[in-house]
Amino acid sequence: MMLEAKNVHKGFDGIGVLKGIDLQVNKGDVVAILGPSGSGKTTLLRCLNFLERADQGELIFDGEHFDLHSATNREIARIRTKTAFVFQNYNLFLNQTVLQNVTLGLVTGGHMHRSEANDIAMAALERVGMADKIHSYPNMLSGGQQQRVAIARGLASSPEIIYFDEPTSALDPELIGEVLSVMRQLAEEGMTMLVVTHEMEFARNVSNKVVFMEGGYIIESGPSKEFFEHPKEERSAQFINTILNKE
Amino acid sequence: MNERLWEILVDSFPKLLLYGAKVTIPLTAMSFALALVIAVIVAMIQYADVKVLRQLCRFYIWIVRGTPLLVQLYLVFYGLPQIGIKLNAYPTAVLVFGLNEGAYMAESMRGALEAVPKGQLEAGYCVRMNYLQIMQHIVLPQAFRIAFPALSNSLISMTKGTSLAATITVTEMFREAQVINGRVYESLGLYTEVALIYLLFCTFLTFLQRWGEKKLNSYGGIKA
Ligand SMILES: Nc1ncnc2c1ncn2[C@@H]1O[C@H](COP(=O)(O)OP(=O)(O)O)[C@@H](O)[C@H]1O
Ligand SMILES: [Mg+2]
Repeated sequence: MMLEAKNVHKGFDGIGVLKGIDLQVNKGDVVAILGPSGSGKTTLLRCLNFLERADQGELIFDGEHFDLHSATNREIARIRTKTAFVFQNYNLFLNQTVLQNVTLGLVTGGHMHRSEANDIAMAALERVGMADKIHSYPNMLSGGQQQRVAIARGLASSPEIIYFDEPTSALDPELIGEVLSVMRQLAEEGMTMLVVTHEMEFARNVSNKVVFMEGGYIIESGPSKEFFEHPKEERSAQFINTILNKE
Repeated sequence: MNERLWEILVDSFPKLLLYGAKVTIPLTAMSFALALVIAVIVAMIQYADVKVLRQLCRFYIWIVRGTPLLVQLYLVFYGLPQIGIKLNAYPTAVLVFGLNEGAYMAESMRGALEAVPKGQLEAGYCVRMNYLQIMQHIVLPQAFRIAFPALSNSLISMTKGTSLAATITVTEMFREAQVINGRVYESLGLYTEVALIYLLFCTFLTFLQRWGEKKLNSYGGIKA
C-alpha cells in the first residue's frame, strides 16, 4: 500500500464536512472520487496535502505515519515532496512564464540548479504538449493549456502521487478533451492519481478504482467496473443514473 | 505683463528649477523610498497576521492618518527638541514624509496583497516553496502591480507635499520662491511660476505612471 488515510474528520465552524474517511491507494492506482457537490471531496484532497488541517485522522505514506491534525511543518514539507496538486482553477503563478511556473518550485523549494530545472521542466512540458509556449504568461493561454501547464508543474518534481481536484470543471467543453487525454496518458504510464471528477467516462474507463462520497462519508468504494455495473448501494446507483442521464 | 515682472520671472525660473532638482526631487525620492520600505513591512506584518506587531502597525496607521502632516512636522522639528531629541531640518522632513505617506501606502499594499488570490499561495506550498519564497517570487510582485496606481498616486502627492518642508526651514523649491518674493514682492507671478514647476514635475510622473502601467500589462497582464 502506498497511501492510506484513516478516520479523517474535518469540520468548518462546527459543521462536519468529513465524518470519518478511510481510503487506500496502491502504487499505480488511478482512483476516481465521485459524489455530489458539497460532499467533501475537495476538503478531503486538501486535508491529505495539508492545505487544510483535519480535526483528526492519520495518513500512512510509504509506511511512514503522519498525523493529519498535528503534523509538524517539517513533516508537511516531507509529504509534499511526494505529492503534487492540480487545482480546479489551475492556480498558475500569474506573474511567471510557463517555463518559470514549472521551474520555480524546483529552484526555490528544491534548491536545484537552474539549468537542471530547465531541462526537467522542458521534459515535463513536452509530456503535456506545452513545450512550444514556454515564454507565454498564464493569462495568454486557454484554460486547457493552463491546466496542462499546471500538470507539468506537478510532474516536474517527480511526485509519487498526483491529486487532481476537478481538473476539467472550470474548462469550456471543447477544452476538456486535451486535459483528459494528458491524464489518461499519465495513467497509462503508471502514475498514481487521486482524481476528484465528474467525468464519468474517465472514472469508468481510465480509473481502476472509484470512491463514492456523500455528506462527508464514503458510501461505496471498489473497482470502477464493478461500481458502474453493479453498484452495491442505492445512493450510488441513483448518483450514476442522474449523472448518466445528464450526459 | 510688465517688463520688470517678466524679468523677475525669467531670472527666478532657473533658480527655482535648481532648487527643485537639488532639493525637492531628492527629498521626494528619499522620503518615498523610506515610505515604500515602511509600507511593505507594515503591510506584510498585517497580511501574515503576526501577533502584537500587527496591533502596533494598526496603531501607527491610526496615529499617522488621524493627524495633519503639518502638525507632525512641527511636532518632530520644534517639539521633540524639548525632550532632547534634536534632528536637523532635512532629515526631519525625510523621516516625517516617509512615515506619513508610508501609512497610506501600507494600506494600499495591504489591500493589494489581499487581492492576490489565495490559490497562488497554495500552489506555491504545493511545489514545496516556503512562505518567504512565495512572498518574494509570487505574492509581492503581483501585489506591486495591483498597488502600482495607488503607489504612483502617493508619489505624486508626496512631490507636492514636500513644499511643507519650507515651514521647518528646509530651503526647497517653494521656500526659495518665498525668499525671492521677499525681495521683489511679486507673489502672484512667483507663486504661479512655482506652481507651474510642480505641475511640470507631476505631469512627468503621470506620464511615467502611464508608461509603467502599460509595461506591467504588456507582460503577464494580471487583472487586479
Ligand atoms: N473553507 C471553508 N469554510 C467553510 N466551509 C467550507 C470551507 N470549505 C468547504 N466548506 C464546506 O464544506 C462542504 C464540502 O465542501 P467541498 O469539500 O468543497 O465539497 P465538494 O468538493 O465535494 O463539492 C461544503 O458544504 C462547503 O460549503
Ligand atoms: Mg470540490
